[in-house]
Amino acid sequence: MGELNDFSLKHKIFLRTYGWRNIDPTPWAKLRKPLSESRLGLVSSAGFVAPGQEPFDENIRGGDPSFRVIDSGSDPSSFIEYHKSDAFDHRGILQDPNLAFPLDRINELAERGRIGSVASNHLSCMGSITAPNRLIRRTAPEAAEIFVRDEVDLALLVPV
Amino acid sequence: MSLVAAELERRGIPTVVLQLLKLVTQKVRPPRALFVPFLHGYPLEAAHDSEAQHAVIEAALRLFELDADEGPLLVDYEN
Repeated sequence: MGELNDFSLKHKIFLRTYGWRNIDPTPWAKLRKPLSESRLGLVSSAGFVAPGQEPFDENIRGGDPSFRVIDSGSDPSSFIEYHKSDAFDHRGILQDPNLAFPLDRINELAERGRIGSVASNHLSCMGSITAPNRLIRRTAPEAAEIFVRDEVDLALLVPV
Repeated sequence: MSLVAAELERRGIPTVVLQLLKLVTQKVRPPRALFVPFLHGYPLEAAHDSEAQHAVIEAALRLFELDADEGPLLVDYEN
């Protein structure tokens, strides 16, 4: 599992030959207080939107670089998935969006006191972005600004 | 995801990225990554299994608690 052999030949070739961006130098932030006092935000690239939100656009070349802000009081079972990649099995996240957007789980962690609190807003974006320049220039800074304003102390990022 | 993580780290917010494909993790080198040995589409292992999902999230939380001063920190999930 988690190996290239899990993929079709088409996806294997892409994964081997794609020009992955190497993050260098590595930015590094440390947790400044205990987890039990820290505020956690979620980012998921499963392509979920909440009811009433604009769908992701699968026709944008290189991938839709936008994101949706997901209120922490949302019910994950109401999310609608717009990730159209045929590289993975969608059944699990369709049955249980917490599998890739674990909002219920982090609310439980806050109730148990393992983390201090849950961010007011979380971020949902599309995975399989093959033209990441717009994501680097616009999406990532805007997403970070939302978390900074909400005084988020740490973020968990979940791909599919 | 790793590119978003890098921007969050630059703004002072520590991150952990779950990673399903080691090849990508090793090429992109996000600041902190937990490599999970699950099928694509199943980053927290199983649907409707809160115990399994919590176990993965707990492993990710422990990476924040390590007193590391620099990255990348690329760790295999062991349960």
